[in-house]
Amino acid sequence: MLKSFRLGGVHPHDYKISKDAAIRTLEVPQTVTILLGQHIGAPATATVQKGDKVLVGDVIGTATGFVSANIHSSVSGTVTAVESVLDGANMRKPAVTIAVEGDEWNPAIDRTDTLVRECTLEPKAIIEKIAAAGIVGLGGATFPTQVKLSIPPGKKAEMLIINGVECEPYLTADYRLMMEHADEVLVGCEILMRAIGVEQCYIGIENNKPDAIRHLNDALQKGKYHTGIHVVPLKMRYPQGGEKQLIAAIAKREVPSGKLPIDVGAVVQNVGTTYAVYQAVQKNRPIVDRIVTVTGKQLATPSNLLVRIGTPISTLIEACGGLPEDTGKVINGGPMMGRAMANIDAPVTKGTSGVLMMSRKESLRKPEMPCIQCAKCVDACPMGLEPFLISKLSRLQLFDRLETERITDCIECGCCAFTCPSSLPLLDYIRIGKAETMKIIRARQTK
Amino acid sequence: MSNRIVAPSPHLHGEFSTPKIMRDVVIALIPAFAFSVFIYGWSAICLTATAIAACMLFEWLIDRLLLRRPSTLGDWSAVITGTLLAFNLPANISPWLVIIGALVAIGIGKMSFGGLGKNLFNPALVGRVFLLISFPAQMTTFPDTAGVDAITGATPLAYVKAALATGTPVAEIMPNIDLAGMFIGFKDGSIGEIGALALLIGGIYLLVRKVITWRIPVFMLGSMFLFAAILWLADPVTYINPLFHVLAGGALLGAFFMATDYVTSPMSKGGQVIYAIGIGVISILIRVWGAYPEGVSFAILIMNATVPLINKYMKPSRFGARTAQTK
Amino acid sequence: MNETLIYTIAILVGLGLVAAVVLYFVAQKFKVYEDPRIDETESRLPGANCGGCGFPGCRGMAEALVKNDDISSLYCPVGGAATMKAVAEYLGKAVPEKEPMVAVVRCGGSFCHRPRTNTFDGARSCAVEASLYGGETGCTFGCLGNGDCTRACAFDAIHMNPETGLPEVDEEKCTACGACVKACPKNIIELRKKGPKGRRVFVSCVNKDKGAITRKACSVGCIGCGKCVKTCPFEAITLENNLAYIDPAKCRLCRKCVAVCPTGAIVEVNFPPRPADKGEGGETVLTVKRPATPTPTAPKAETTETVAAKTPAQETKTTEEGGE
Repeated sequence: MLKSFRLGGVHPHDYKISKDAAIRTLEVPQTVTILLGQHIGAPATATVQKGDKVLVGDVIGTATGFVSANIHSSVSGTVTAVESVLDGANMRKPAVTIAVEGDEWNPAIDRTDTLVRECTLEPKAIIEKIAAAGIVGLGGATFPTQVKLSIPPGKKAEMLIINGVECEPYLTADYRLMMEHADEVLVGCEILMRAIGVEQCYIGIENNKPDAIRHLNDALQKGKYHTGIHVVPLKMRYPQGGEKQLIAAIAKREVPSGKLPIDVGAVVQNVGTTYAVYQAVQKNRPIVDRIVTVTGKQLATPSNLLVRIGTPISTLIEACGGLPEDTGKVINGGPMMGRAMANIDAPVTKGTSGVLMMSRKESLRKPEMPCIQCAKCVDACPMGLEPFLISKLSRLQLFDRLETERITDCIECGCCAFTCPSSLPLLDYIRIGKAETMKIIRARQTK
Repeated sequence: MSNRIVAPSPHLHGEFSTPKIMRDVVIALIPAFAFSVFIYGWSAICLTATAIAACMLFEWLIDRLLLRRPSTLGDWSAVITGTLLAFNLPANISPWLVIIGALVAIGIGKMSFGGLGKNLFNPALVGRVFLLISFPAQMTTFPDTAGVDAITGATPLAYVKAALATGTPVAEIMPNIDLAGMFIGFKDGSIGEIGALALLIGGIYLLVRKVITWRIPVFMLGSMFLFAAILWLADPVTYINPLFHVLAGGALLGAFFMATDYVTSPMSKGGQVIYAIGIGVISILIRVWGAYPEGVSFAILIMNATVPLINKYMKPSRFGARTAQTK
Repeated sequence: MNETLIYTIAILVGLGLVAAVVLYFVAQKFKVYEDPRIDETESRLPGANCGGCGFPGCRGMAEALVKNDDISSLYCPVGGAATMKAVAEYLGKAVPEKEPMVAVVRCGGSFCHRPRTNTFDGARSCAVEASLYGGETGCTFGCLGNGDCTRACAFDAIHMNPETGLPEVDEEKCTACGACVKACPKNIIELRKKGPKGRRVFVSCVNKDKGAITRKACSVGCIGCGKCVKTCPFEAITLENNLAYIDPAKCRLCRKCVAVCPTGAIVEVNFPPRPADKGEGGETVLTVKRPATPTPTAPKAETTETVAAKTPAQETKTTEEGGE
């Protein structure tokens, strides 16, 4: 039997319509707007000013604090503004706007396609290089990678888990990456194993992507990679790509409440991140572009595009046949956890794994009905919580009860709202309740 | 720029919806209904139609006149309450009693708590038990389904109870009971509970459509069977075959359609198991030692009352609970 | 028969006596001393348990009132001065007079003033919307219109106006408990002095964007031009982050700022109508925001004209200042 996680989960239709579209490189746009906060944690501090000339790969923002990441210029040209712009959620965020002139790269970057296998750097040096390249979790969570790789004293990593699950419907960016850059991903695995000092690495892929499983296995054998690397086929189920669910599925270990994956000896990285690690360590190439799935049932040509960070999302949509007539929602990310965008001129960030267009009819929620206590949300919750209850408590703002009901365990996967027959906005309320409860807990800890 | 829709994730929604689920339950009740029409003819149709119409009417009236809110008939729950109420009544009952039952079921059982989703007890059973206690004679005389059954005028349960009470040993009763016939439905009883096979088909349909999960029916029938089997093994002279208990009376109707009622059953898997076992055990207790020949309705209502408590103490298995123990 | 009756009565009386004795001793043993004045004080408080005083309920407030010698920092916004006076009299403590306050909604961006750019389809809650999105219009500071404030109000004093999409405060019912202030995730609602005869002047906007951006998003937003600051004879207005704020302590209600505000973001409430010849803007906003206020229709037409005539010159000025 194929592996999967223990509790809950749902089975949305996967709609991987852009599956067979090879990665296409999108032309460099005329101007890019690079947000300074593209990651979880503190936004970077801008190091350029209006009028500065930059090359591709130059640092334009440096990390502020431990949980933060560097920001690099994705184009060459002149900085025209360092001020706040509207992001996809219609909120103002600090950003650097650059007018593109040519495409000159920072000379330190190796732009060739040759595979560099050898890596003899010390773990510390690897992590420093990753930090310098501004790598964050490219699956969408955008947690700074160097923080995840820096194993706290007293703890030991036992295994590296590579997330090639891509359990979000529609998205195919990671799938295309595994199909087209399998060797780079595998070298990336070896580098990461070296960085955290483990001998075991599991690449988890769901069984709706049999080609990717086969292709990676072939590449593993042909390339004679580290013998500790294994491809693990998983039974399709959402949210298998959740960090804790993936560890549960592969290693049969469940991260206890309030603990981190490292507490059960696991470090999880996305395949996209692994590829970025390869580029950063072997080619000195920071994150200046990423693969974005542009898809939707009505879209003319669903595609997987390699785009520069900071390209307006509307440009991506134009490149795939333009915004369909009937579009209701444009979602940044997948349909389960992505964010519907209020402003589609917002730029691509490191966390943009997909752009999904949904028709007006699909977009609108069904009218709310009374809760009939059917317990479908309880059955669907992958964290074993009671969404109907914590949603209600959030609404009533009973934060101490929320804490005992372990709202902070919620991973915001959306299974509860997905499955609710009464179309209740369960997660909407849980999310604010969780944020408030976290704030209260943090305030108590700092006291 | 056109007006874009934004909303928090998730942006997909599953195939379930409350009216759809309720419709599925109605569909699942059709085989049992068809069978009762086959046995009782027009009276079954009239009875069911009266009950459904009365339930819908009362719900509508209470919504519009008392609560002054839009009608909630669209969620189909009144139809189910009506059907289940009718299924729990004898075919020859007076329509006035049906209407009184519907008023109690909808008015007291459901709307007084605030409507769908808020009621503590299964509304149809509240109506049924009200009628059973208030009009015991009318509720326990069943029409003779002439010629198709060895026992006439009394349900198998009532017959067995009466026989055992007079000290007749089981060995003398059993020849009068045709278990295979009971399975197909040739026995007397309320219109909906007679067709065991038809109920089973409906129950399987609900399971296939994922409207209900297997836990409550399996644990309820299982615990009934097990408890009865223990008694039977201990003393086969005074206690009857456990299969009889599972097939007789409202056991199957209760297990698939009433104990599984979302609103009045617990939320967690563990809680559902406790709840189902409780129903099974109490049913047998009432049937064997209680004053009434049938105890499933009472058992379900009693366990309904414990659901808030079960929900409070039986939490679902939390993620991380397993490793926490080993560490 | 008689015996049964006697036995029954005797046993019940006996049981009752035993229970009474047990209860008496238990009550003695576990008695907690409580100042009787707390109960008395609580009975003088309104009993709304709104939390407007900063305590979880009236009981908490009563305890604090009894315990503290100096109760000048404690105030019951619901009962107001009368309640505080009654409590102070009972406790023999002194309270300073406090001016009555009222909740004020500092956003004038009704449907007609703020063009919508997107539609929020999530749970109807400002807290939910604010946690993920900047709002349905180009203004990322303004009212979201989902009515969290109306649900927070225990006195039924704040309601959404379906025509403007903004909440409106019922001054008669508002007790200034501050529940709506806490409920608003955008910090739009402020408690301000009610003012003499309910008259007050305030900036009905919290937008901190630069003037040009604000102007694009909303026609009645504060663009931070600073005209009001220069005009104010009492130095009551400060300009910070492109947003003017009128200090209620310094404001003398001269209304000069209302007249010079190019966008009508400064609002005056409950003033008698101005003579037609002196009308200089601001009143148009007033009629939109406060339909209850008696405003003659004749000067309204004239004011719009005057505003329209003035606009071009002011606009160039404001964009210059906004760009700085």
